[in-house]
Amino acid sequence: MSWALALASMLALALPAAAQPAPEAIGDFGAEEAAERMLLRGTTDLALFEPVLDAFLATAPQLRIRYEQWASDDLYDVAAAACRGEFPAADLLISSSIDQHVKLVNDGCARPYRSAATAALPPEANWRDEVFGVTSEPAVMVYNRDLVPDALAPRSRFDLLDLLRPADTRFAGRVATYDIEASGLGYLFAFADSQQATTFGSLIEAFGRTGAVATCCSAEIIDAVASGEFLIAYNVLGSYALARAAEDGRIGVVAPEEYTLVLARGAMIPRQGQHPEAAGAFIDFLLSEPGREVLVDAHLVLDVAALLPDADDSLLRPIPLSPVLLVGLDQQKRAGFLALWRETFPRE
Amino acid sequence: MRNTEPAAARTTSLATRLGIALVLLLALGGAAVAVAALAYGRSAARQTFDRLLVGAADQIAGAITLRDGAVVVDLPASAFDLLALAPDDRIVYSVVAPDGALVTGYDIAAPPDDLAGLYDGAFTGEPARFAVARRRFAERDFAGTVDVVVGQTTRARAELAGQITRNALVVVLGAGLLMSALAVFAVRSALSPLRRIERVFAARSPRDLTPLGVPVPREISGLVGTLNRFMGRIDRQVETMRTLIADASHQIRTPIAALRAQADAAAEETDPERQRAIVARIHERSVNLGRLTDQLLNHAMIIHRADTEALDRLDLRTVAIRTTEETDHDFGASETVLRLDLPEDPVWCDGDALSLVEACKNLVANAFRHGVPPVTIAVGEETGCVHVAVRDRGPGVPEEHWSDAQVRYRRQTGVSSTSAGLGLAIVHAVARAHRGDLRFRRPVQGGFEAAVVLPSVGVER
Repeated sequence: MSWALALASMLALALPAAAQPAPEAIGDFGAEEAAERMLLRGTTDLALFEPVLDAFLATAPQLRIRYEQWASDDLYDVAAAACRGEFPAADLLISSSIDQHVKLVNDGCARPYRSAATAALPPEANWRDEVFGVTSEPAVMVYNRDLVPDALAPRSRFDLLDLLRPADTRFAGRVATYDIEASGLGYLFAFADSQQATTFGSLIEAFGRTGAVATCCSAEIIDAVASGEFLIAYNVLGSYALARAAEDGRIGVVAPEEYTLVLARGAMIPRQGQHPEAAGAFIDFLLSEPGREVLVDAHLVLDVAALLPDADDSLLRPIPLSPVLLVGLDQQKRAGFLALWRETFPRE
Repeated sequence: MRNTEPAAARTTSLATRLGIALVLLLALGGAAVAVAALAYGRSAARQTFDRLLVGAADQIAGAITLRDGAVVVDLPASAFDLLALAPDDRIVYSVVAPDGALVTGYDIAAPPDDLAGLYDGAFTGEPARFAVARRRFAERDFAGTVDVVVGQTTRARAELAGQITRNALVVVLGAGLLMSALAVFAVRSALSPLRRIERVFAARSPRDLTPLGVPVPREISGLVGTLNRFMGRIDRQVETMRTLIADASHQIRTPIAALRAQADAAAEETDPERQRAIVARIHERSVNLGRLTDQLLNHAMIIHRADTEALDRLDLRTVAIRTTEETDHDFGASETVLRLDLPEDPVWCDGDALSLVEACKNLVANAFRHGVPPVTIAVGEETGCVHVAVRDRGPGVPEEHWSDAQVRYRRQTGVSSTSAGLGLAIVHAVARAHRGDLRFRRPVQGGFEAAVVLPSVGVER
């Protein structure tokens, strides 16, 4: 198994102009001489997704997959461009920014796919047979176990608010969350929070008052928590957090007790894709029993029992694949939400 | 050698006819209901989802505010929740400022003719339905109308319409099956009287020609009545034949016995002169016997005709005239003793001329034989009836025997040399066969009158 990793910066150097959006990483999987090719664009970290691709290719040896890892907003931009015929289309898109996927479907950029596996999906994980929820990942709070003892760690958003309330709190400036301007996923979580509960307003206010940090990208945030730069990170994607926690004892992971947002990464087959059969087969694999096992191992499908021993389903809030997600992407709504955000996290 | 019984000719079975009729009815009805249900389903689905669309547009319009002279829309998620009730449909929306600039949403074509309300269109290649809501502002720094257009593809509408149609068709199918079952039951129960009649007939002895006593519904009583009348006719014919055979054997046996006795006498007679006289008598007797046989057969034929022949429209006056002509021939009667009394206008009735003439001839013969001349043949018309009557000046039949004359005089007449004496019986049979009667009467001018009275047929010709 050979796969080449190219960093976005290297690629950008090779390009004449930096304006062109480019993948963060590229990997090739499967035999060099395989008859079929498939281009898969996703937002999942290549390292996290590799075992999934390997497991699928074990069932489809005739296939060679190129995986391009993109930032979620860039992924949306190139997909929309491909839909307009201005950019080469991928065969399959798997993104955590499911609101952007829903918008692509709404704009007629997807090709319907129906199989026994997609038909068995619950309605919130299948919109129009064009976008499917293939994973199950909670939005969690991550803390540094060395600096924040487990007993002190927040179990809920209210706990977090209590920790931030004292004027001389040691958490001031050491709580992090996604920069929702830079991260489509962060925006999605924040917007879902704003729709979900009134605590969001208090939280934003507390973040603003204590100088919380909005920064980019799951891996960076978790690294910073592990290193102790941040004590707590809010609304981090559970798949990355749990994967890191499994290797790094300093990382503690908490699913908020009052409700936990659960994201299902969306898979869709672009209308202009050249290999829809291979893409459909991959979706079926992800939904199949062996596929589920690999995804659980990769922490892409939530093991509820491991994370929330005494959880009941009522506190899990899956974000449904539905046109309601378009609201968050509305230009004015987004502008208003970002303006609110900007007041909290002023740019340096 | 006995022939196999011929099977009754069969037409299509009632069940098959009913089945075809039902299938046609259900097919046509089903098609009509399907069309109606589809139309209804479409209109119901359209109304249902149009309301959602208008509600969403109104909610978005309600969320429009002005900030520093600019239009601001805080898009309500509830509007999209409403639209998501059509779960698989794509949504398009736009908010347009009075100057035509897009405030937010999709850059779609403006609604046709600036109308407010609903219209059909398309969105990314799929048919879609659009609702327009307008919000008017009249502020110091902003005046004009902000248009909100919300559109949605029509997948859920089509599905709901299809569902309504399918449900309606399932109901129609169920009703059809129920109707078929009821029809089968109805046919069975409707035909059960026929099976009862069949059983009664099968159980009957071949000689039993009495009317059927089976109670049957009104619809079949006509058939049973016809059957009973048919059997009655056969019964009468059988009875007539039996009487004829009895009479004929009785009446022919006696002259044949007399002939044989005379022939014996002739054989034993030695005197040639007396033998010749006997032979002459034998000749005379055999001639008479021949005439008698002719008459008997003639009468048998008349009675048979009376019951079987179709009736024609005829003028009773011609019957009287033909009777006169043929009687003149038979009896050699002169005009002084046989008269005609005919009206000026035709007297119409439905009848068999031959039978009626024979009946009249019988009456005339009776009048000559038992009455006192002159004999008159009269044709007349009364209310609802026409008659041909034969009068004479004699005392006629005693009144106490009028009711059973045709039976009594058949037996009493006995044998004469020229007549079988079947007169009144034949006349009666002919009158009955014409739905009429044999009537006796004593006219005011005296004497006796026997008349064949027939139902009138009016004056149309």
